[in-house]
Amino acid sequence: MTLFARRATVAAALIATSAALALQPRPASADGSVQLNLIAYSTPREAYADLVKAFQATPAGQNVTFSQSFGASGEQSRAVAAGLPADVVAFSLEPDITKLVTAGLVSADWNKDKYHGMVTDSVVVFVVRKGNPKNIRAWADLIKPGVDVITPNPFTSGGARWNIMAAYGAMLKRGSSPNYAIAYLSKLFDHISVQDKSGRDSLQTFTSGKGDVMLAYENEAILAQSNGSDVDFVVPDQTILIENPIAVVTGSQHPQQARAFVDFLRTPQAQAIFAAHGYRPVLKNVPTKVRFPQPHTLFDINYLGGWQAVQTKFFDPQNGQVAQIERALGIAGGH
Amino acid sequence: MVAKLALRYTAFAYLAAILALPVGMIFYRSFEHGVFAAWQAVTQPDALHALWLTLLIAGIAVPMNTVFGVLCALLLVRSKMRFARILDVLVDLPFAVSPVVVGLALVLVYGRQGWFGPWLLAHDIRVIFALPGMVLATVFVSLPFVVREVVPVLRETGEDQEQAARTLGASPWQAFWRVTLPSIRWGVTYGVVLTTARALGEFGAVSVVAGHLAGVTQTLTLYVDDRFEAFDLTGAYVASVVLALLAFATLFSMNALARKEA
Amino acid sequence: MATSAAAIQVERVAVRNKAARSDSLLPAGIVTTFLSVIVLLPLAAVAARAFTGGSFWSEVFAADALASLRLSLIASLGVAVVNAVAGTLIAWVLVRDDFWGKPFLNALIDLPFALPTIVAGLTLVALYGPHSPVHINVAYTQAAVFLALLFVTLPFVVRSVQPVLMELDREMEEAAASLGAGILQTYARIIFPTILPALISGVALGFARSIGEFGSVVLISGNIPFKTEVAAVHVFGQIESGDIAGAATVSVVLLALSCAVLLALNALQRRGLRHGG
Repeated sequence: MTLFARRATVAAALIATSAALALQPRPASADGSVQLNLIAYSTPREAYADLVKAFQATPAGQNVTFSQSFGASGEQSRAVAAGLPADVVAFSLEPDITKLVTAGLVSADWNKDKYHGMVTDSVVVFVVRKGNPKNIRAWADLIKPGVDVITPNPFTSGGARWNIMAAYGAMLKRGSSPNYAIAYLSKLFDHISVQDKSGRDSLQTFTSGKGDVMLAYENEAILAQSNGSDVDFVVPDQTILIENPIAVVTGSQHPQQARAFVDFLRTPQAQAIFAAHGYRPVLKNVPTKVRFPQPHTLFDINYLGGWQAVQTKFFDPQNGQVAQIERALGIAGGH
Repeated sequence: MVAKLALRYTAFAYLAAILALPVGMIFYRSFEHGVFAAWQAVTQPDALHALWLTLLIAGIAVPMNTVFGVLCALLLVRSKMRFARILDVLVDLPFAVSPVVVGLALVLVYGRQGWFGPWLLAHDIRVIFALPGMVLATVFVSLPFVVREVVPVLRETGEDQEQAARTLGASPWQAFWRVTLPSIRWGVTYGVVLTTARALGEFGAVSVVAGHLAGVTQTLTLYVDDRFEAFDLTGAYVASVVLALLAFATLFSMNALARKEA
Repeated sequence: MATSAAAIQVERVAVRNKAARSDSLLPAGIVTTFLSVIVLLPLAAVAARAFTGGSFWSEVFAADALASLRLSLIASLGVAVVNAVAGTLIAWVLVRDDFWGKPFLNALIDLPFALPTIVAGLTLVALYGPHSPVHINVAYTQAAVFLALLFVTLPFVVRSVQPVLMELDREMEEAAASLGAGILQTYARIIFPTILPALISGVALGFARSIGEFGSVVLISGNIPFKTEVAAVHVFGQIESGDIAGAATVSVVLLALSCAVLLALNALQRRGLRHGG
């Protein structure tokens, strides 16, 4: 064999061996350790980093490791439905879990507990430049001339859907008719210059200097401030109560540990960690120093008919209100 | 004389603005907060896993494409069959396909609602959102390099030596292994280097098929994107530096080999 | 002596023919199967998805799809023009000039081939983005798309033209100079025609590459629909939104465009070879 051929053979053998070794199925629970796949929406990345550590310090969490994926709520839900391996799913809003119930991946009684399946709350706020130079305080200010609004794409992002329903509901609460509220939404969309994939992407866009105001979860605004971004946020007088669901996936290899993790997230300790990251707890009397401002007029999705009705009426990709508005304005989002 | 200098410095300025300075920036930004911070970023478990996964995928894809490439080159140069002409065009197809389209194509074949979806599900085989899908994507995009590098070398070498070996009684395999392969070895090596570089750097196609599960199905390129999205710029820059260093190693090998060939 | 030479010749031909027939079958089988499974099957699935459901043309003419295709096309054409000029210039300097660090610069040209596209995008964000040290911020603009495409297509023209320039016979230029031809005339009449085929080849390859570009554009351009969203990013968005039919449709258009360019190039090169060009 020539020298080259010999070397080539050795190299190929090495690669083949390492590939074979790497592809060995990992010894399942040789050391009792279990891996849970957490598929979540885009914003709670930092919160779950701390929560996972806290869980692993509890007896139930010993020997549990996590693989975490964060992305736009709608996309993540679709990915899980398409086969992305998951044990626990934590999305921005209920319909993204309902989609999985329909796909047979989450049991239909996932929300039959006293929290209705929710793990955190928040509200929609306006994130503005430091000092609020354009003095944006009310929903009417968003449609003033020259105001550039940032909000994600409602067909991929959960946060975007909360934002739109907050806008719609706010108009109703101020005494407008549904028709006027729809007209308001149309004007609002005219002021939206960028539609990112997810709430987190929107935050990146805004902090890079684009836009005058961003519609976002309160927790994202708090995160941005704690990261040192030059932003302020305003809680508008009328806003919606954001409720974020969580569920165990039925096909999970480790249902016990998955259930234990979800249960842990509703303990006072975990809820305090959520609060420290800007999420409003679902538990009462959580030991935390964080004070969340009480909005003047707070409504929830039930005021607007519940997510099932809203999802069809507003967010159906072909015939929903948002699709109609976008088509009329010539903007993209989803077809 | 003036013209010469003007041309030279225009070229320098263009290359600096488009190429050198941007690349220099990521090195600068990586170490901006100190070597320790950079080291910490690069030794994060997710980063290390991403590097390992990237190398693993390349380790599978490159040998596959090398074997294919050599066989295909032999066919293209030696075969009298007319189908060699079609093959010539088909082999270049991966150059014409956007990486995102590659990802979409694989999802349409192997995804849950794809052509083989139900069958794969029934047999509990996961392609999309798992290693096989990422390997398939990488093999696709790096397919043509070995072929394209070996074909001209093979053409130049000709068949005389091989035929001499055959008339002396060597089997086809022996003739190939002992005569043909050594004569094309630099073409093969150059092709392997290009294939490896392409495999290590793939992003668009794996973006679609991988499902961004950090620590499980994230290659180093996906990790860079993930860190950028997570506001962890240092993490993104440091991972980019690792990839850039791999790229420089590729460049170095390419040049060393080109000189050997010449 | 003659008979044995003839006999060897006959035997050679016989061996060659036998080899050609039997040897080709197994490799041909392996190659065809591999190519079909890896490349043809997935691409067929895209075409199938695009053309079933009868909504092909409505998807293509959807406003945002068209806008993204238009942006990709125009940006790629613009970049092709810049590359034709800049690439030739750089190749010229690399071949005809001599300076300290030339081998290093020569090697650097291939960097866009070796560097992952996402890293390329990140390098551009680092220098020309919101935290730019030279206060040039092109993020979220069409200029960013242009810049990213320039980066990734840099080597194509340079590497095509370079070998041709190296082989160029200086005598012709010297003869022209001695006959009184100015630099421009020499370039237009002698050099340009010689490098033209290579130039076209480099430009075409760069074009085919840039219309489908994704990784380098995705970080710096902001992917604003109708403004800075290129076709590949649009397809990605479609996939993520669950609009697979739309994604497949735009993909087919992209495929058709780049395949057309490559086929045309292939045909041109074949013609050139036949005419001994």
